[in-house]
Amino acid sequence: MKINMPRWFYQLASPKWSYDIMGMLLPWFAIAAGLLLTGGIVWGLAFAPTDANQGNSYRIIYIHVPAAILAQSCFMLMALAGGIGMVWKMKVAHIVAKSAAPIGASMTVIALATGAIWGKPTWGAWWVWDARLTSMLILLFLYLGIMALYSAFENKASGDQAAAILTLVGLVNIPIIKYSVEWWNTLHQPASFTLTKKPAMPPEMWMPLLVMVLGYYCFFGFLLMARTRLELLERENKSSWVIAVINEKI
Amino acid sequence: MNFFTAIVRRDLVLALRNRNEVVNPLAFFMIVIALFPLAVSPETAVLSKIAPGIIWVAALLATLLSLDGLFKSDFDDGSLEQILVSPQSLALLAIGKVLSHWLMSGFLLALLSPLLAIMLFLPSQAVGALVGSLLLGTPTLSLIGAIGAALTVGLRKGGVLISLLVLPLYIPVLIFGAGAVQAGVMGMPIAGYLALLGAMMVFSLMFAPFAIAAALKLSIRN
Repeated sequence: MKINMPRWFYQLASPKWSYDIMGMLLPWFAIAAGLLLTGGIVWGLAFAPTDANQGNSYRIIYIHVPAAILAQSCFMLMALAGGIGMVWKMKVAHIVAKSAAPIGASMTVIALATGAIWGKPTWGAWWVWDARLTSMLILLFLYLGIMALYSAFENKASGDQAAAILTLVGLVNIPIIKYSVEWWNTLHQPASFTLTKKPAMPPEMWMPLLVMVLGYYCFFGFLLMARTRLELLERENKSSWVIAVINEKI
Repeated sequence: MNFFTAIVRRDLVLALRNRNEVVNPLAFFMIVIALFPLAVSPETAVLSKIAPGIIWVAALLATLLSLDGLFKSDFDDGSLEQILVSPQSLALLAIGKVLSHWLMSGFLLALLSPLLAIMLFLPSQAVGALVGSLLLGTPTLSLIGAIGAALTVGLRKGGVLISLLVLPLYIPVLIFGAGAVQAGVMGMPIAGYLALLGAMMVFSLMFAPFAIAAALKLSIRN
């Protein structure tokens, strides 16, 4: 079976082409991220109404929730990029996946840390073995494993493929882990804290959250492209276009 | 199919001639179990409460320990490469190697577990659940672990890396395995847990061999 992808898809396989495209997109993502994050954080922290039960402490949601969302979408992106890299033998796709891993891990750490800070006033404990917290922690372990695998190989192309296989295996496992942790939690201890069943937020509260989520995504896009471009320069350091780029900067 | 039985037979013969490699994970299993009464408390009430979890964690670590050498010798002496260039399926090789690995690790661990259950004062009505959950759960551990072993076989220091790669993926098996024993202790039905463990085994039997084969290919090419 032969699958024909649009032309731009194949062009992305060229490191130089990807480098240039990302260079063009980069400033736009940076501007969008700056505007959305500044607007969202001011709106969320200063103007959104105070929560009836939690007071002002709920406002950490504007940092916590976008980080948690991004931590998960970053894994999807890595699996997608890794899969593309395996199927079409695209080096650039592997490099995107590799550049995304530390960002995803950082987002997971941010989500866990802000969750702990939020949990202290709300639940009275820094950490509870709640299903969501536990599956986020496992997600962090998966990220760490993938990053360790990348760095364990001296031959970078092999490391890319190994990490892509592990990412795909991890992607299949994530739903299994998620459901088993949820069942484990409900079996072992009654769900004393349900974050899931909170009343629907009024629009004044979720609008800034939406802005923050979009801002996080733009920031993620910016970081990812910047890291990918750097990695491209490093990997292609023998090729003439990289030498031309470097000479231009100097 | 001839190829498959040949692989299983060869690996079992190799394991029986080199008994240390079979016995060491079992000894490790028992030593880890023996550490808990010393570290936590020798009281019957405490031990019988934590026994299901301890035995399952120890079984998981023992399986992990034995995985390191799963493809090592075949990789080092070049027989893996010979199989790769032969017309035989690499996925079939993976199933054969995992089967013989499981017979020499998970299967023996399950047979040994009633003894450890007595040492940890696990209530006798849960022993069936313990053996059953280990029999159904450890094949999944071997299958998933083989992916990690295949990914790291070409690396000089794969040992710790395997644990980092594989342990997060072991968590569902651990949850339902220990859950089955816990349910057995409380006299609740365990069929649901065993069914889930069986489902995970079938699921990983379907997909893991291909991941193992892909990982072996890249390790050989590396």
